[in-house]
Amino acid sequence: MVKISFNKYYNFFSILSSFLIIISLLLLIFKGLNFGVDFKGGTLIEIRTSKNNANISMIRDSFKQMNLGNVNVKQFGNETDFIVKFEKKNSNDSEFIKNIKSKLSSSIGDDFNFRRVENVGPKVSSELLKSGIIAIALSLAAMLFYIWIRFEWQFSIGAILALFHDVIITLGLFSLLNLEINLSIVAAILTIVGYSMNDTVVIYDRVRENLKKYSDIKIFELSNISINETLSRTIITSATTLLALLSIYIFGGEILKGFSFAMILGVIFGTYSSIYIANPLLVKLNVSQKTIIKEED
Amino acid sequence: MLYFSKLRIFTVIIFTLVFSYFALSNFIKLDDDFFKQKINLGLDLKGGSYLLLEIDNTPVIDEKLQNKVFEIKKYFKEKSIVASNFFIEDQNIKFISTNDYEKINNLLNDKESEINPYYQKFKSHEFNVINKNDEFILELSKYGFVLLKQNSLDNAIEIVRRRVDEIGTNEPNILKRGSDRILVELPGLDDPGRIKSLLGKTANLTFQFITDNKEESFGTEKLSFEDGSEIAIVSKRIIINGDNLVDAGVRVEDTSSETVVTFNLDRVGSKKFGKATSSGIGKRLAIVLDNQILSAPIIREAIVGGAGQISGDFTFQSATDLALLLRSGALPAPLNIIEERTVGPDLGKDSIDAGILSLIIGFFLVVSFMLYKYRFFGIIANLTLIINLFLLIGVLTLFGATLTLPGIAGIILTVGMAVDANVLIFERIKEEIKKEKNTIIAFDNGYIKSRTTILDANITTLIAAIILFFMGSGPIKGFSITLGIGILTTLFSVYFIARMITAIYLIKNKNKENII
Repeated sequence: MVKISFNKYYNFFSILSSFLIIISLLLLIFKGLNFGVDFKGGTLIEIRTSKNNANISMIRDSFKQMNLGNVNVKQFGNETDFIVKFEKKNSNDSEFIKNIKSKLSSSIGDDFNFRRVENVGPKVSSELLKSGIIAIALSLAAMLFYIWIRFEWQFSIGAILALFHDVIITLGLFSLLNLEINLSIVAAILTIVGYSMNDTVVIYDRVRENLKKYSDIKIFELSNISINETLSRTIITSATTLLALLSIYIFGGEILKGFSFAMILGVIFGTYSSIYIANPLLVKLNVSQKTIIKEED
Repeated sequence: MLYFSKLRIFTVIIFTLVFSYFALSNFIKLDDDFFKQKINLGLDLKGGSYLLLEIDNTPVIDEKLQNKVFEIKKYFKEKSIVASNFFIEDQNIKFISTNDYEKINNLLNDKESEINPYYQKFKSHEFNVINKNDEFILELSKYGFVLLKQNSLDNAIEIVRRRVDEIGTNEPNILKRGSDRILVELPGLDDPGRIKSLLGKTANLTFQFITDNKEESFGTEKLSFEDGSEIAIVSKRIIINGDNLVDAGVRVEDTSSETVVTFNLDRVGSKKFGKATSSGIGKRLAIVLDNQILSAPIIREAIVGGAGQISGDFTFQSATDLALLLRSGALPAPLNIIEERTVGPDLGKDSIDAGILSLIIGFFLVVSFMLYKYRFFGIIANLTLIINLFLLIGVLTLFGATLTLPGIAGIILTVGMAVDANVLIFERIKEEIKKEKNTIIAFDNGYIKSRTTILDANITTLIAAIILFFMGSGPIKGFSITLGIGILTTLFSVYFIARMITAIYLIKNKNKENII
């Protein structure tokens, strides 16, 4: 078996992770997240134009003249596809979209269509945001509960901190790169929570088993043995999951890009944190053979 | 344990075949009843409109309070109870009674009360009664409010259904959401403009006389014409309203080629209408829709027989829409569209194509990787994966779950994560083989020792999927469904199918070296 001394770098990575978490938190507090229409409310229109009749600045100018509040236009995948987002939401006005269509056609011609229109009112968007936050909080709580009945408290702390680490850093990166947070990102984060937990549990199960098996090895060394024993599984599962996600990211179309990107980050961080957050914490919390025995008495 | 009972093998095979059949029926395009079950596609894949409507119940509450005041006054009069200064403020009814204070208090708080009904089920009156000195304040109780909202939602959903049905869209889906919302899903509709304009109108139709006399006994109100040309004083006395209509249609007049909306009244309506028009010859009759006058023709003769027509500034389309609204009835309260999502059919198709492409590529990548890593056991893992996919799609089809774009992502993710269980087992068997010469014991130990880990690992993901299912909306729900079912089919395929195949292989190659 390949034996890598992961434990040599426990301190280094603990400091690095703490640093990254602090930066992420600062980003989240001061820069904030780029919430999409789902959470901020407003209107989103996906437009497909024909090849030669429109460029992004024409579309932007055209929309800016329509008095729709803050307008944001960006290319979406193909060079003929655009996403337009603006603050104004007027769902009750049945002519609203029609009027936008006719104003747009006066500046870029008739050769375009609206492939997707989303219009979210302020009440719904704040409810969606609230239920998104509740969902993430609930999943963390559920994981905490599960790990608490399955393992000793030291393990619970380690696993939950690893989860927080993954979620916070993923969100921090989304803030840094100014990527949009929408409903599918919430789904991605919940899946990351599940995945990261899964990864941590596999190593923890092995740590616990080894604590019973070797009575004279200290946790510092023991966690390293456990990581190594499960390493090939960790690599293979991360690899196959990443392969599947990469396939979604590259071929799954624009709508799934953000989702698959968040998941890819999550799988990488999740794999990293189950080694370098979850294990150093066991060492810090002085887990020993006694921790397990006490439990069994 | 390498032995599997025949019954178990049989059950597993039947189970697998049944779900594979359902999975296959999505891909086999035969005009055949045998393969007719298809997976349900979400609006984001098949295209269509999703509208979330919220009822603005203020007018319903106002009307309720007004009626209540009227009822109380009448009741007090019958019982010779003296009360005065009735008024409505902040959705409360207020009035004053100095002499009959006790009497009223008893009347309102009595469980048999006729004016303030008591709901045995909720242990609550319709109104809460607060009194300060000689002043009474009645506010709708929590349950009075709930019942009112419920009633209004039930009425509204019925009217929405009728309007949507009248337009004849394909398989609309209309559902209650919470206490004051209605969800409307319209597959295949890529321009919801017309339906929004139809659902946006309350369509409260009334016939009222225009009057010069400001001292009308019913009171008057100022209403403007729809085209804004004129403001008229209209008597509050309602001669007939939309409820009296039994039918409405559109006609183009031969002489003027003007488009009019025709209607027929029920018996009660005809009678009232006939009476009112015969006594009101020479007056102008305002036809009022949602507080706007459509037209106000002068009555030249009594209209008996219950048929009439409304002229206005109609195009053929707007007349058709008005006739439709009148046929389907008035909403109890205005509806606001608070969320709208529309996906065009071409985007839906593109999403399906992209989803399937990435599924195939993702599947191919994972399968190749497993073959490269594990050789023969890779084949077992891959075979399990294929069966797993069939099971997953079969279950989705059989239970009529809705497949969305994130749902497809969930399937692909399942492909990536499903091998985890097999990998955990194989790795464990590898370790055991190093310690244990007997491959069969090593194999068994591998399964046993990895079991808790696999369960732990899958339960955590399942928890996330379940929470997502209950908290998520629309397409995200689709993701949680495929992810959650994917975990269950994975466990099934690993523990029943992969294990059986591995066992058969091991029995045949008991004495071979390096079997994994």
